[in-house]
Amino acid sequence: MAKRALGINPSTLIGWLSVALVLVLTLGTLLAVFGRAEGASSIGPSDWVAVRFTLLQAGLSAAISVILAVPLARALARRRFMGRGLLIALMGAPFILPVIVAVLGLLAVFGRNGIASTVLVWAGFDPISIYGLGGVLLAHVFFNLPLATRLILQGWLAIPAERFRLAAELGFSCRAVARHLERPMLRAVLPGAFMVVFLICMTSFAVVLVLGGGPRATTVELAIYQAFRFDFDLSKAAQLAGIQFTLGALATVVALRVSAPMSAGSGLDRVVMRWDSSAIWLRVQDSIIMLAAALFLLAPLAAILVAGTGQVFRLPPQVWLSAERSLLVAMAAMTLTVLFSLTMALNVVRLRHRRRLSMTIEAIGYLTLAASPLVIGTGLFILLFPIANPVALALPVTAIVNAVMSLPFALRILKPAIMEVEQTYGSLADSLGLRGTARLRLLILPRIRGPLGFAAGLAAALSMGDLGVIALFAGPDQATLPMQLYRLMSAYRMAEAAGAALLLLILSFALFWMFDKGGRMNADT
Amino acid sequence: MKISIFAAGMSVVASMATAQTPVLTVYTYDSFVSDWGPGPAVEKAFEATCDCDLQFVGTGDGAALLARLRLEGPRGPADIALGLDTNQTAAAAETGLFAPLSQPRPALDLPVDWNDPLFQPFDWGYFAFVYDRTKLTNPPANFRELADSNLKIIIEDPRSSTPGLGLLLWVKKAYGDDASSIWSGLADNIVTVTKGWSEAYGLFLEGEADMVLSYSTSPAYHLIAEQDDSKAAARFDEGHYMQIEVAGKLASSDVPELADQFLAFMASDAFQNLIPTTNWMYPAKLPADGLPDGFSTLIKPETALIYSPEQAAAIRNKALSEWQNALSE
Repeated sequence: MAKRALGINPSTLIGWLSVALVLVLTLGTLLAVFGRAEGASSIGPSDWVAVRFTLLQAGLSAAISVILAVPLARALARRRFMGRGLLIALMGAPFILPVIVAVLGLLAVFGRNGIASTVLVWAGFDPISIYGLGGVLLAHVFFNLPLATRLILQGWLAIPAERFRLAAELGFSCRAVARHLERPMLRAVLPGAFMVVFLICMTSFAVVLVLGGGPRATTVELAIYQAFRFDFDLSKAAQLAGIQFTLGALATVVALRVSAPMSAGSGLDRVVMRWDSSAIWLRVQDSIIMLAAALFLLAPLAAILVAGTGQVFRLPPQVWLSAERSLLVAMAAMTLTVLFSLTMALNVVRLRHRRRLSMTIEAIGYLTLAASPLVIGTGLFILLFPIANPVALALPVTAIVNAVMSLPFALRILKPAIMEVEQTYGSLADSLGLRGTARLRLLILPRIRGPLGFAAGLAAALSMGDLGVIALFAGPDQATLPMQLYRLMSAYRMAEAAGAALLLLILSFALFWMFDKGGRMNADT
Repeated sequence: MKISIFAAGMSVVASMATAQTPVLTVYTYDSFVSDWGPGPAVEKAFEATCDCDLQFVGTGDGAALLARLRLEGPRGPADIALGLDTNQTAAAAETGLFAPLSQPRPALDLPVDWNDPLFQPFDWGYFAFVYDRTKLTNPPANFRELADSNLKIIIEDPRSSTPGLGLLLWVKKAYGDDASSIWSGLADNIVTVTKGWSEAYGLFLEGEADMVLSYSTSPAYHLIAEQDDSKAAARFDEGHYMQIEVAGKLASSDVPELADQFLAFMASDAFQNLIPTTNWMYPAKLPADGLPDGFSTLIKPETALIYSPEQAAAIRNKALSEWQNALSE
């Protein structure tokens, strides 16, 4: 019924085009690289060691992030306090930072010379050494705990206030609420959150290299890098990228199959009141959890702030120009991400009764998470070079690639929200004959405003902080802010780089905050 | 988006408008073209003499430069590739993309002989471990002392970084078959291995290690640009491995004479004077004014170690697997 109601309209078409674009950018670029290879080479035993380490670190990182995110999301969901919105937004900041900035911030706290070590030495203990698997996990949790928390928090917010009201009326204890309301929700949300974090960590490379402590910590992405740069072996690079895609696809399919669809039913959008968790010890527990998480996530950001504050206003004009360039790219990427993800999510929901097809579309949407930026960039270069000057197209290409790179997150955020709307109001809308654009405008968009704002903010901020393909394409006058940051570092100008890092942090965060807040306006969620 | 496309369109129009003046396209690594590298000043100085438009194209880092040339093949727009080093020139020569340099070659001031027919050096440096003199008063004098010490070092990954590869060949050249045991000895000194020089040097400045693999000229930056004399490079008695950065002319260039003119310019004082304080390396041809003041304080290695391009290409895979095995134990 809903199938007919949404009908064939521009959004359906754009949804399909988005799928095609993702396929070109992921598998298409992979084939382009493979096609350009001279001679075939094979994957060796050391590559399988890299695969094993990749799966190990990604699995552990995702598990820890998600396990820690559950109590944190629960605390944030059932407590109201001054500055809660700001705290939630701020805690998302690590996720949108360029790797090197975040790593330096992290080391200012947990490094050999960091605050934590200084305190330990002062108290008579040995300083911390975080390099190794522990360091990799620490950094990945730092990056991904905020994202996992937000994804899970969304699940909590999707439970209508009336359910908690009814629970209170029935005299449910905290435990009973967990059993009847929260656990079914988590069952639906956790596999997806785990999958997204797993895929991010799978392709993580610079973090693993910096904090991994040496060649023991070799991931598939590093092996791809080596094949490209050390050996110029495109065939091997493409094969490794193929392995990475296969692993990513498997993880996605497993997650989509495991996650049970959730339907908490409809509500009247009342403010959620939690009578079940007003006990004092629960309040203390939640406060401790939130404080610990805030300390863990915000201390490194504070270090970046301290390092950069004196420098920001002394930054040379070129840095400001590149900041402007980055903002334009970020806005373009954000617009495209919203367009792609919204239309794809609508198609996924519309086709939900044809489960296999719907799941395939969704899985394709997550494909870029398992893609190697180096393969995408090189493949695009190979595809574009015969027909256009890739350097002249650097910024538009960057915006498109960034948009597609953020697509998985946006899709993960929007799909459940749209599904919820359709399941709750779909029949009503059908009976009212609300279809096509009107259905989107009057029913779906207003009800997914929060998630949409979150997705848009995330896409803009991620694009802002991305180094990605621009490094392969840009001419001297096309540097984006993250690129300029690296240029400063490679010219020994670490202090100015710290200023640029802070500027980047502020701009990324401002973009994120603006859209995320815009989406949550007038809604106490 | 619209604005970017518009800007891209405008730049195409702009380059058409200047089509009468010949364009020399120089591919180089990103930090060369950055506002803090030699690029902008070089462009200005050369354009003042050539009646041409010098266009730099940044291609990422040194290794990405060669990959880019290979991807583009003979149809690429590059006239000059600037910034390869001797560890890449064998592979670069093998591509057949480079044309022989015109004769006669300018005289150079390198610590080693140079007579490569395809590539002309423009700067060089020694790899060295840099440390803070105020924190480390008695630096090790060679790799064995370093391995026996408790000092913490940060190095770059040879698979992703030029200095990383330099260190690999340094140890191999100095110790030959003993390289493996040197690496095993160093394993507990290595705090971490980074993707590139910037990360390593940044971590060192943050105090994450006692020493970092960099260049013997790195202290000159701190001295000259920051008036900070606390950084120094440790002098190793095995000698120091050299990096020689070179430029070559693409056979497919549509302005070969202009390319020759630029290569000659690269050996002139106008270019070489810029190198010490923008690229923080030694100039390949000592300018008439000599080196800037701070450079006299730098270490002067007794022995300059370097493999020929062919040897480097032949040995690097073996050296890499020794490194990987020793550090993965």
